[in-house]
Amino acid sequence: MDRKTIDLWVGIFVLLGLLALGLLAFKVGNLGGEREAKLYRVEARFDNIGGLKLKAPVKSAGVLVGRVKGIHFDNIKFQAVVDLELYERYEFPKDSSASILTSGLLGEVYIGLEPGGDDKKLVTGDRIKLAQSAVVLERLIGQFMLGKASEAPAASSVTK
Amino acid sequence: MISLLSKIGGRTIDSVWRIGSIMRFFMLVLANSGTSFSRFGLVRREIFFSGVMSLIIILVSGLFIGMVLGLQGFETLQKYGAEETMGVLVALSLLREMGPVVTALLFASRAGSAITAEIGLMKATEQLKAMDMMAVNPIARVVAPRLWAGIISMPLLAALFSAMGIFGGYLIAVLMVGIDSGVFWSNMEAAVSFRYDVLNGFVKSVVFGVAVSVIATFEGYDCTPTAEGVSAATTRTVVSSALTVLLLDLILTAFMLRGL
Repeated sequence: MDRKTIDLWVGIFVLLGLLALGLLAFKVGNLGGEREAKLYRVEARFDNIGGLKLKAPVKSAGVLVGRVKGIHFDNIKFQAVVDLELYERYEFPKDSSASILTSGLLGEVYIGLEPGGDDKKLVTGDRIKLAQSAVVLERLIGQFMLGKASEAPAASSVTK
Repeated sequence: MISLLSKIGGRTIDSVWRIGSIMRFFMLVLANSGTSFSRFGLVRREIFFSGVMSLIIILVSGLFIGMVLGLQGFETLQKYGAEETMGVLVALSLLREMGPVVTALLFASRAGSAITAEIGLMKATEQLKAMDMMAVNPIARVVAPRLWAGIISMPLLAALFSAMGIFGGYLIAVLMVGIDSGVFWSNMEAAVSFRYDVLNGFVKSVVFGVAVSVIATFEGYDCTPTAEGVSAATTRTVVSSALTVLLLDLILTAFMLRGL
């Protein structure tokens, strides 16, 4: 095999390999897909964050408007403090409310932002005052069972 | 009893010696790598023989493995009504594990064994000694280009393998099962992260490339210069490359999943 053919094939090989790497990075790994330079940071306090994880999406009206940046525990109020990074091009009223939601029964956990009616906008360092905790499925089932148990005797007495 | 103990002790000392010599050999080759870069044509030639010639087997097995992952994944995901996440399953298993590991195993048996046999035969026919006599350093002239060619080729081959596998999974998902192609890609993009999946897989493939190339060149350089010696060295290359790759994979995965 002479030198020219080898060079050509190695060139094709290296190019193909780099192309595959690029494909994996950009098409599959979504690198640079949502590179948002300008962010502002607000926090929200929840009694229970359920299965919320770092980098979980923050959505308003179903549209991605930011991501969860940090989660820590406040040892004085015994609450979870969640740092949210929101994209600067989206502004929200100061009295907006946050709630932890799940998409579908087994889907990902995200934070839903519900805009309020205040004229002032949220800025870096603000706290979202209205925050609704995650719905814990076990607790919900427990409440449902408890409700059923307490209403069962009443229902049977009516039928008699 | 005593003889058993001393047998175990002897084996342990031998294997520690061997690991030590492999590491010293690796350092020696690194120290003699200058020629490989000042005369890059040498490396390019070896990339042709170990990288380009492995393309067909890598691409075809990548396609097949991707398709099999798609079929098997569909079978299980269907039970939970989650067949839309098939793209995620295929992409993550390929990028994180199958891509680097299977490529390294194929590379060890396709290119590693050839490198060992080549260097071993050069040693058996005293070509290496002849080079030494002519004041040509055989490590710099013969071993280093092959090592660097392996290190360069492996990540590229692994990336091609993963890309081909994802394409295979796509074929099964969209053409055979009938999942919407937009759903397939968007689920994949949402679940695969560049830092934790693509980059970690790339790091793995580089590490495996170094391991397989070092073992292949060492076994060739170290072999007994007879016909049986070369054949035993070739076998050892494939076996110990496979074991090393799988062990390294376990260690790397343990560290990567803990986010280090």
